[in-house]
Amino acid sequence: MLENPIGPVPLQAYLIVAAFLFCTGVWGLINSRNAVRVLMSIELMLNAVNINLMSFSSYIDGSIIRGQVFSIFVITVAAAEAAVGLAILLSLYRNRVTIDMESFNLLKW
Amino acid sequence: MNIAYSTELICFLILSSVIVSGSLAVVLLENIVYSAFLLGGVFMAVAGLYLLLNASFVAAAQILVYVGAVNVLILFAIMLVNKKEKLKPIDGLKTRKLISGGVCGGLLILLLRVSITTDWNIPGPTSIGEEATERIGEHLFTDYLLPFELASILLLMAMIGAIVLARRDVSITNDNINDLTNQKSLSDKKIRLLSENSLK
Repeated sequence: MLENPIGPVPLQAYLIVAAFLFCTGVWGLINSRNAVRVLMSIELMLNAVNINLMSFSSYIDGSIIRGQVFSIFVITVAAAEAAVGLAILLSLYRNRVTIDMESFNLLKW
Repeated sequence: MNIAYSTELICFLILSSVIVSGSLAVVLLENIVYSAFLLGGVFMAVAGLYLLLNASFVAAAQILVYVGAVNVLILFAIMLVNKKEKLKPIDGLKTRKLISGGVCGGLLILLLRVSITTDWNIPGPTSIGEEATERIGEHLFTDYLLPFELASILLLMAMIGAIVLARRDVSITNDNINDLTNQKSLSDKKIRLLSENSLK
């Protein structure tokens, strides 16, 4: 088992780390009351997806590495998301003078 | 078990423990500034995992974009809205945390079961080294050309959108613009700053 032909770290180990990171992100997304922390949790989830893409690209896709191209695109979208999200946060803060997620219920009822 | 194998294993264990403990600390710590700096640490550790997976270009992009741009942006946002506020207590917060913890734990168990029990039937990691960067360039300019161009449009839209959303509103009526004396008085008038806004 230790002298495994595919290298010292199996694919499953990367998947487990990514799954843990994703679940932590989901929990933080639901439970944070600070709006900045919600954005940080979203970044954690995007990173978990990137780890999955990269490990599959390295272990399964051989030398074609399509997964790396996909994770480059994910990084691009994450950067755009962070910029727009923080801008929305700033204008919310200017109008409401709070960053408590529980007080942003204008569209709820 | 030669020395290369054990080195890779030790690097993976260190990086994954940094990722796991760092992400927990990001979510659980009270002080949001500590969370933001630890988030930078988690991003660095993820870049280290990419290096272990033979992807130096994506690791560099991760460091540049996440640590250099996103994390700094989050720190700026924290400093712009940094006000110690007493959060209103809501009833049922404990049960909500417990229920969502159960849901996330269930999701974790499901993901772990799938990733462990599946027979992946894999050829194994291929190390193509520095050729990876060339391959990514080829992909971006041949079969992924359309998404690549769309990404540039997306970045432009995000840039303009962020500027429009975060701009401070200065109300200038139409006749004020035509009037030169009013323009002088407008430039003398101090524009409301964010900190003054938060005082009231």
